[in-house]
Amino acid sequence: MSEELKSGSRLEKILRSGKFAVTGECGPPRGADPEVIHKKCSLLKDKADAFNITDNQTSVVRMSSISSAVIMMQQGLEPVMQMVCRDRNRIAIQSDILGGAALGIKNMLCLSGDHQKFGDHPQAKNVFDLDSIQLINTVKTMRDDGKFLSGEDIKGAPKLFIGAAENPFADPFEIRAPRLGKKVAAGVDFIQTQCIFNLSKFELWMKQVVDMGLHEKVFILGGVTPFKSFGMARYMANNVPGMDVPDELLQRMKNTPKEKQAEEGITIAVETIKKLQEIKGIAGVHIMAIEWEEKVGELADKAGLLPRPVL
Amino acid sequence: MVIGERKPFDEIMKMLEGLQKISVMGCGGCVTVCLTGGQDEVRVLSSQIRMARDKEGNPIEIIEKTLERQCDPEYVELAAPVAPDVEAVLSMACGVGVQFMAERYKDLPIYPALNTTFVGGSKKEGYYVERCQTCGACKLYYTGGICPIARCSKSLLNGPCGGSTNGKCEIDPEVDCAWQLILDRLKSLNQMDRYSEIMPINDWRTNRDGGPRKMIREDFQR
Repeated sequence: MSEELKSGSRLEKILRSGKFAVTGECGPPRGADPEVIHKKCSLLKDKADAFNITDNQTSVVRMSSISSAVIMMQQGLEPVMQMVCRDRNRIAIQSDILGGAALGIKNMLCLSGDHQKFGDHPQAKNVFDLDSIQLINTVKTMRDDGKFLSGEDIKGAPKLFIGAAENPFADPFEIRAPRLGKKVAAGVDFIQTQCIFNLSKFELWMKQVVDMGLHEKVFILGGVTPFKSFGMARYMANNVPGMDVPDELLQRMKNTPKEKQAEEGITIAVETIKKLQEIKGIAGVHIMAIEWEEKVGELADKAGLLPRPVL
Repeated sequence: MVIGERKPFDEIMKMLEGLQKISVMGCGGCVTVCLTGGQDEVRVLSSQIRMARDKEGNPIEIIEKTLERQCDPEYVELAAPVAPDVEAVLSMACGVGVQFMAERYKDLPIYPALNTTFVGGSKKEGYYVERCQTCGACKLYYTGGICPIARCSKSLLNGPCGGSTNGKCEIDPEVDCAWQLILDRLKSLNQMDRYSEIMPINDWRTNRDGGPRKMIREDFQR
């Protein structure tokens, strides 16, 4: 993979130097109090290389990802600003990309976004002027060609490390690797996958990815989410679209006494990370400990990922 | 065709408050075909209104009439004899018909009895589905004859998103994933090469985003 830095972000440096990267996640608060982010940051600091700031995830209104990312930077952590196509047209998207870059954000994750039906404002009008693949290409055009979508020159191109998500477990399975190919063609630098519970299916997808040579063109971080409880595992299996939780994992959580389930969830996640490290083409892990930030450090530590490299 | 659905009865009754003489005006076009605004529906709705008003001890006089089409000045003109005799018209046409009536009869309130819902077709009698969003730049050549704008919940031109499960959309297990349908069709047409191309960012000017649209056949303007 090329060693030329596009953004100079910490995450990019780690990946381009061939080190196994770790990213985490931080959901912004449902209010204007920055203290919530400060607290999460103190739990997450030094436990990963960079942290996704979600953008009104599940279509529930929260503090904006740009402002939360800036608050995170003030605490000395590196954010990955998520951006969804649901809420902004191309004018607002390009404007926010410029603003984010000007404020010092160096990583960005391009997403279509959950449908507003899932959130607290199902009455909202959605935008989807662009889709995630077109958004990737928009950022790349702005960064590498120094042009807006209109073709006009940008004075001061935004230097961003461009990420996207991919869900190997969604249907139809056979186009999931080709669809990653489209994201690569659009100019993505790194990919964070959906939470991996079904490792054999994931390996099958990765084999296709490697056969297509995509692992040499994009850094792939495997998504890992620890179960807090059997209830959460069951919820993810039954209620989250595109999530694949094998029965054997559900049974394992179910057969664990309630007070030990959280610990078992961490153990499963550690096992997953260790297996991911052995899969060809995997450049890192993305830990999504949903509203469980205090466990990211323990999980990373048990998986042998700490301390994080100092650059 | 344009599909319409009758408004809730209470909402209709609220629009008619204080009126003593109206016309319920049907349309012989799309809404007759989709069984919501034709002659039969005019009769049923008029009876319902009369009965409700009689029950209140506040009777209303209704002239029932159905025009061939309410989206055509030639037929809209045929409401002229009725217009001076009524305080308002309750139109059972789509939103286009309501507005064409309002444009012709300047001093007469024209109220909508339907919600105009979508452009679609009938799968079977009484079962209508959306198929077109009138974006003004048809992409069906690229997508196996299935429209991602009208049928993907996120209108993704490069789908499917990560929420496609067993051929269904993440918003509702009853809704087909448009991209699953597109891929199935492209495969059976041996056109999967069309999927490998990235669909460029759309120009929405031909959609309603470019402002109200019109189509003029110059050869008919003489």
